[in-house]
Amino acid sequence: MVTTTPALRRLPPGRYRLSGVLRSEWTKIRSVRSTAWCILATVVAGIGVGILATTSQASQWRNSGFIDRTLFDPTSVSLTGLLFGQLAIGVLGGLTISAEYGSGAIRSTLAAVPRRPVVLAAKALVFGIVAFVVSETVSFAAFFIGQAILSGSTPTATLGQPEVLRAVIGGGLFLTFLGLMALGLAAMIRHTAGAITTFVAILLILPLVVSAFPAKYGHPVGRYLPATIGAAMTSTTTEGAHDQFLPAFPFWHGFAVLCVYAVASLVIGGVLMVRRDP
Amino acid sequence: MIEARGLTKRYGSTLAVDGLSFEVKAGQVTGFLGPNGSGKSTTMRMVVGLDRPDGGHVTIEGHRYHDLPWPLREVGALLESKAIHPGRSAYNHLWSLAQTNDIPRRRVDELLELVGLSAVARKRAGKFSLGMTQRLGIAAALLGDPGVLLFDEPINGLDPEGILWVRTLLKRLAAEGRAVFVSSHLMSEMALTADHLVVIGRGKLIADQPVAAFVAKSSRASVRVRTPRPEPLIAALQNAGGQIDAEPDGAIVVSGLGAPAIGDLAAGLGIALHELAPHAASLEDAFMEFTHDSVEFRAEDDIAPSGDVAPSGVTGVTEVTEVTEVTEVRP
Repeated sequence: MVTTTPALRRLPPGRYRLSGVLRSEWTKIRSVRSTAWCILATVVAGIGVGILATTSQASQWRNSGFIDRTLFDPTSVSLTGLLFGQLAIGVLGGLTISAEYGSGAIRSTLAAVPRRPVVLAAKALVFGIVAFVVSETVSFAAFFIGQAILSGSTPTATLGQPEVLRAVIGGGLFLTFLGLMALGLAAMIRHTAGAITTFVAILLILPLVVSAFPAKYGHPVGRYLPATIGAAMTSTTTEGAHDQFLPAFPFWHGFAVLCVYAVASLVIGGVLMVRRDP
Repeated sequence: MIEARGLTKRYGSTLAVDGLSFEVKAGQVTGFLGPNGSGKSTTMRMVVGLDRPDGGHVTIEGHRYHDLPWPLREVGALLESKAIHPGRSAYNHLWSLAQTNDIPRRRVDELLELVGLSAVARKRAGKFSLGMTQRLGIAAALLGDPGVLLFDEPINGLDPEGILWVRTLLKRLAAEGRAVFVSSHLMSEMALTADHLVVIGRGKLIADQPVAAFVAKSSRASVRVRTPRPEPLIAALQNAGGQIDAEPDGAIVVSGLGAPAIGDLAAGLGIALHELAPHAASLEDAFMEFTHDSVEFRAEDDIAPSGDVAPSGVTGVTEVTEVTEVTEVRP
């Protein structure tokens, strides 16, 4: 039964590189079912909820008042589903690393690639590209489907109108960077359940807490919430977060804050990875 | 070669590894022996850079693991059977590891063949039995064809055929010129595979010497005898200079006399023997002798002491433990 392994070979020149680790992470993300499930959930939530929201708007338009009509943003309504898809993409981002900690596979990974920041960087890049492609696809699909549903009942948007293309692309960017933030959180927390709970708390619980503040404090704090940033990034107006009656940062400002969150979370996660024994 | 110098690892107030220094040389199997919880796994994780030592250092061919240009091509490690994502197939697990160190894809197929997992290569590793998982871990260790190999309890969960396979594999790898470092809490296993021993207890080095030298320090060879008429035999054996220990299942363990002498004696008396089994390796006896001084060590030891090394010549009840499989029945 024993076969001789080939004689010791000479080592190739150089050393292991990020490119190999990227290929490895690509193999990994493709080879577990949870990836497919998370992507499916992102698509179903992003497009499905968009269909529900636009259908409902189309049927209510006849009875809606002046203020509702003035504030109506067909782009934002068609992208409503992204705010649900963000949960699924966050789970995928978190699982990218927490599943390895949970199973012990992280030890195989880090024995093969002892420079831990390289591992985290490769995971972030591979997940980031997957998340970007999925999120942008979902965002554009939700937009076109939503406009088709609204058409004939309400005003509709086209990509050529001011800020519309930005909002549709912004929806995909928002999901991608939010997913990267979840990946960083999972690198810090190292448990799937804990990481997902934290992520959900930041997205859904924190806004409830902030809304309980007096406006004097609530408004300045609320602008920094990922949920507020997401609402603003998917609307064509700066007051896109009107649903929550909270002032929001303009698109690029909000996106910059989101990038800071993602980068900070990955950097802290990376530092903790280096300092702690897996 | 692995070289550890003053390795120390602390978990809270516990010293898991305490100033450990040893070498693992190429071309031989070095057994890493100690009870569960004695710091073997922690030491192995420090060798491959997973756990950061609180003191001392360990190098591979003079380099820190972190600085190795191609870690998997230089060191292979079976650390624990559970270092695998349960949802990923055996093939993809190995292939994703291979990619990090530019190891060609055909090597994955070769190794799946070598460890006998080709047929289930596309199945999810979470569905594997303990033995299959262990084989997959061994395949991962051999992936980069490394000159230094670490195996932490490689025979855990393997069936007898698998155990034999691992023993042969370890010896073969050493014969090919590799440094092979194998941990076990089973002294019998080390007696069969290792050339050299590094023995630890409570994180401290107890012995670092060839197996033969380690065993030679303990003179406690024995023979297990079973007979329907124990009383006359025991009397005769004691007359002939043998020391007798009774085992709870009725067997008697004789030290100080060889199996041929015991057999002749019984034949002379017309006493039938149902078992006459020389205790082939007395490694565990040697181990217990070495660690005997440390009472707290024994209290925590989850391998109960086997051949009772305490007062000799006293008839007493010896605990039957998992290490008794060392016994070989010879015709």
